[in-house]
Amino acid sequence: MIAVVALIKIIVVVLVVLGAVAYLVLLERKISAYMQDRIGPNRVGPKGMFQPFADILKLVLKELIVPEQANGFVHALAPVISITVALSALAVIPFGNYIVIGGQKISLMIANVNIGVLYILAMSSLGVYGITLSGWSSNSKYSLLGGLRSSAQMISYELSLGLSIIGVLMIDGTLRLDRIVTAQGSGLWNIVYQPLGFLVFITAAFAETNRLPFDLPEAEPELVGGYHTEYSGMRWGLFFLSEYTSMIVSSALIVTLYFGGWSLPYVDYAAMFPNIAAIIEIVTFLAKTGIFIFIYMWVRWTLPRFRYDQLMNVGWKIMLPLAIVNLLGTGAVLLAVK
Amino acid sequence: MTNNGNGKIKPKMTFWEKLYFPEIIHGMTITMKAMFRPKFTRQYPEERWNPPPVFRGRPVLVVEDETGVERCVACGLCARVCPSLAIQVQAAETELDKERYPELFEINMLRCIFCGFCEEVCPEEAIIMSKDFELTFSEPKDAIFGKDKLLIPRSQLEDRLEFLKQYR
Ligand code: SF4
Ligand code: SF4
Repeated sequence: MIAVVALIKIIVVVLVVLGAVAYLVLLERKISAYMQDRIGPNRVGPKGMFQPFADILKLVLKELIVPEQANGFVHALAPVISITVALSALAVIPFGNYIVIGGQKISLMIANVNIGVLYILAMSSLGVYGITLSGWSSNSKYSLLGGLRSSAQMISYELSLGLSIIGVLMIDGTLRLDRIVTAQGSGLWNIVYQPLGFLVFITAAFAETNRLPFDLPEAEPELVGGYHTEYSGMRWGLFFLSEYTSMIVSSALIVTLYFGGWSLPYVDYAAMFPNIAAIIEIVTFLAKTGIFIFIYMWVRWTLPRFRYDQLMNVGWKIMLPLAIVNLLGTGAVLLAVK
Repeated sequence: MTNNGNGKIKPKMTFWEKLYFPEIIHGMTITMKAMFRPKFTRQYPEERWNPPPVFRGRPVLVVEDETGVERCVACGLCARVCPSLAIQVQAAETELDKERYPELFEINMLRCIFCGFCEEVCPEEAIIMSKDFELTFSEPKDAIFGKDKLLIPRSQLEDRLEFLKQYR
């Protein structure tokens, strides 16, 4: 029974996320167009609404080209690692509290593990394997450089990412994401207590998802396409999917950790009919996540790319000390309060 | 900006600029404002563009409306000056006053670079740049425009002729 429920939840979440990715691509193209005084795709279907289907069809129909000197197996494996890891991180994100079906409480997260935060950190660090392996296996200098940059970048930013989360963990005293949400639901959101930690986290999250201004592994002007230079067709599509999926995941994580997840201040869900409450919770969560996804895109079309040495400087000389200061400060305040 | 002596230019920044985040927010407000600016996109196939007379579209041969005869005297200057060797002229004799006319006049539109030299060099103002920029072919041989496509009545080219009179 539990397995069936979990399976259904997985299928629903994966389908929703993949559908969302298709439309996020369209949204990103629209946003970039509007920020550059253009209109963006508007030919396929009304207002370009069917553009994602055309895009997907194109990707599926394209020829898969594997470079002659490439390591075929790893070349095929890398995009699969990327997408698997990106999707797995969704497993511990709470989309709502619980719904009641047939008198049974079903919690609105796929797996309620008690090390949720650690699990997400682990998954996001595994993501670098997909990128590094793809860079290595394609036997092309651009891919290799992209892969190397990506591993260096991930290592530098993983530290600040982890350290900035610890502040939240100290305040809420738990690694379970659902508890972190309920803890914030009854009081102020964590962003109020952790503004510095939030800034470090969001910057590190941008670097983790390889989005501009930290998209050095791709860096079109220098590296052609970076780690996915030698990919085509649906294998390239998988990298694309995983980039957007990890964008969704990190937006969801930002919301969960710092913006109260599915909870709203001054709304008492317990007084409501549970299923209605669940719907409101899910909508709240999706709306909050959507705002952060929009910010991701907004930043991408605003900021230029960092230079590689600047990236490392920011990572080690600014972000890491800031994260440590934040950690010590939080600890001192907590000690003083208790 | 200050030059620190070793050739590198270091921008001078205030404290707030060094903090970086306020500047990011500043940049983001600019892009957000840009989202609501009027758009420049022209919905091309539906919304067509009528180029100004200064525009150099494909070169065409002027035909006098009254007589139906092209102005060209097949001197071959345009073929000589064309930097991309796109023009081919074959002269023949005629009973008309101008004595010579082009039996064959071909422009290879895949070679033409729309430089307008042919127009400039022509002693008869017989070859001029039109406003036509929609040139698509499915086969290379379709791109060789013969007299059937090149001859255009003068009444359709008044804009450019007027422009040439004024500015050349
Ligand atoms: S230069 Fe003018 S007159 Fe001479 S061949 Fe060319 S189009 Fe004809
Ligand atoms: S426009 Fe220039 S390239 Fe084209 S036919 Fe005339 S001289 Fe040749």
